[in-house]
Amino acid sequence: MFLTRHLGPGGWWFLLAIAAVAVAVPYCNLVLPPAHPFHANSYIVSLLGKYLTYALLALAVDLIWGFCGILSLGHGAFFALGGYAMGMYLMRQIGDRGVYANPLLPDFMVFLNWTELPWYWWGFSSFPYAMLMVLLVPGALAFVFGWFAFRSRVTGVYLSIITQAVTYALLLAFFRNDMGFGGNNGLTDFKDILGYPLQAGSTRAALFAASAIALALGFLIARAVTGSKLGKVLVAIRDAESRTRFLGYRVEHYKLFVFTLSAMMAGVAGALYVPQVGIINPGEFSPANSIEIVIWVAVGGRGTLVGAVVGAGLVNYGKTVFTTAMPELWLFALGALFIAVTLFLPRGVLGALGDYVEWMRRQKPDPLAHIEAQRQARREEAESTEHFLALAAQARAEREAAPAE
Amino acid sequence: MTRPAPRPGNASDSILYLDGVTVSFDGFRALNALSLLIAPGELRAIIGPNGAGKTTMMDVITGKTKPDTGEIFFEGAIDLKAHDEAAIAQLGIGRKFQKPTVFENHTVRDNLELALAGKRGPFATLFHRLSAEDADRIDQLLGIIGLAKSAESPAGGLSHGQKQWLEIGMLLAQEPKLLLVDEPAAGMTDAETAATSELLKAIARDHSVVVVEHDMAFVRDLDCRVTVLHEGSVLAEGTLDQVSAEPRVVEVYLGR
Repeated sequence: MFLTRHLGPGGWWFLLAIAAVAVAVPYCNLVLPPAHPFHANSYIVSLLGKYLTYALLALAVDLIWGFCGILSLGHGAFFALGGYAMGMYLMRQIGDRGVYANPLLPDFMVFLNWTELPWYWWGFSSFPYAMLMVLLVPGALAFVFGWFAFRSRVTGVYLSIITQAVTYALLLAFFRNDMGFGGNNGLTDFKDILGYPLQAGSTRAALFAASAIALALGFLIARAVTGSKLGKVLVAIRDAESRTRFLGYRVEHYKLFVFTLSAMMAGVAGALYVPQVGIINPGEFSPANSIEIVIWVAVGGRGTLVGAVVGAGLVNYGKTVFTTAMPELWLFALGALFIAVTLFLPRGVLGALGDYVEWMRRQKPDPLAHIEAQRQARREEAESTEHFLALAAQARAEREAAPAE
Repeated sequence: MTRPAPRPGNASDSILYLDGVTVSFDGFRALNALSLLIAPGELRAIIGPNGAGKTTMMDVITGKTKPDTGEIFFEGAIDLKAHDEAAIAQLGIGRKFQKPTVFENHTVRDNLELALAGKRGPFATLFHRLSAEDADRIDQLLGIIGLAKSAESPAGGLSHGQKQWLEIGMLLAQEPKLLLVDEPAAGMTDAETAATSELLKAIARDHSVVVVEHDMAFVRDLDCRVTVLHEGSVLAEGTLDQVSAEPRVVEVYLGR
């Protein structure tokens, strides 16, 4: 199958691990009695579910940064847009159960004395439509942004700064009440999703499982992309962009494809995040959020996909622990972590782990093995030169044998 | 044996035709009304002192730099000024850079696979499967450039000379009609240089090749028509012996 053809044993193990988590956490929450030592309360389920959506977001960033060298410092914007699309659906689900009991308008619109639903809210009472928007809105923004940025060959730091500016502009825009997205407070007080109450344990467990499935799907898609020839072109662009162009590849088309795909993945992550945390507000657009995603990926090891997931889990676990114990120190710890990873683990946790395994393997057999390897390499190089000279002699002989013109 | 000199002619019977091409950077004229004609199947060496405009000429042909004035035609009828790098590469002009530029994190085999002629769009590559013929072609190229044993190792670990050959192999994989080769012998040992000139001559049997080079021994070895560039235009053209005898060429090379 197309999605699994580049998966490899490591990929299958990783999927198996996600599947195990998807089953185990709801089991520990719903089946095991509260007194059981392995019982997971609903706070834990929501927290881990949130981590899963962050992992999917990190995967999206790794896809563009790790494999194509596009450092987006505004990917939180796509996450937030997906979240808002889901939030709008959840708002419409409230119906007349709001504080003002208005059957037509969400509470915040009643409060602003609006009399009718703005056109961009139309259709959001339909779940399939809302899900379509979860993909299309971030995808369309990424496509339009990428179309201009990549065609104009904006790269490197300049591109990063522009992505940061985009998310900041959206932050300011969504803060405004007359944008029609609840302004400062955002969208909240959700009641149910597809008719199931959001507070119910079974709904939370289902959302958790959905997040795990989305992460697994995202991983499958990302692996299929990076393992294909397209993935090789992406790495080629990352390492030598102009060389790739001189081979006849339209670099801007490749970047546009992967950037749009990544934005859609981020949108799905945001859509799953919102029902689990119960709120979406403009704060999700804040530039600091987007920078944090990049740190997750750097910590885990960029260009590895699995590393992005590991990094998102590790850093967010650290954040949860830190912000309950010493909240004022968290940002310092995050900064220190980023510096430490850049200095000591440039390839992240996963890269360092791979290096260690490689080192252990080399340590075992023969202390002189690397010398022998060097010798072998030198011998091969000499052989290839000899091969060349033989080729040269042959070509010369052929030419001399040919009748003179 | 010297190759037959191209008939003086117009764009229609040439593979590459430059007429009055001028490029200025901040008032400095890198190319000054440069005119050049390469016949189909020709092997041509371009020499000239530093700053003569050799690399700028390559940039103009491959679409990296747009000329201020002048005409550039490929195969007589295709106006290269109207195309960008990727389009020009797809038209059949391959370029080898002075500094070997290979994809260091990819294996030697993947480098060749990426260069291999074929569809270049994102969706074509996403669903691409390597055909048996393509795999054979890669093996054949690995044999030609003498890197069969290193096929599965990252290109970043190759020696300088091996990278040069890999890049030549990538150029061949593109199946271009015209090859532009920038200083292929730079940094090579004498044995490698000799091998490289034989390789280029073998390639020139069924391709048009333009070689930019500093190394006179190498140019002599190529045994082909030579164009001398100076200050962005053609100073002299002919066999190496003819151009070496030109007083103006001697003056430029030895200083006045």
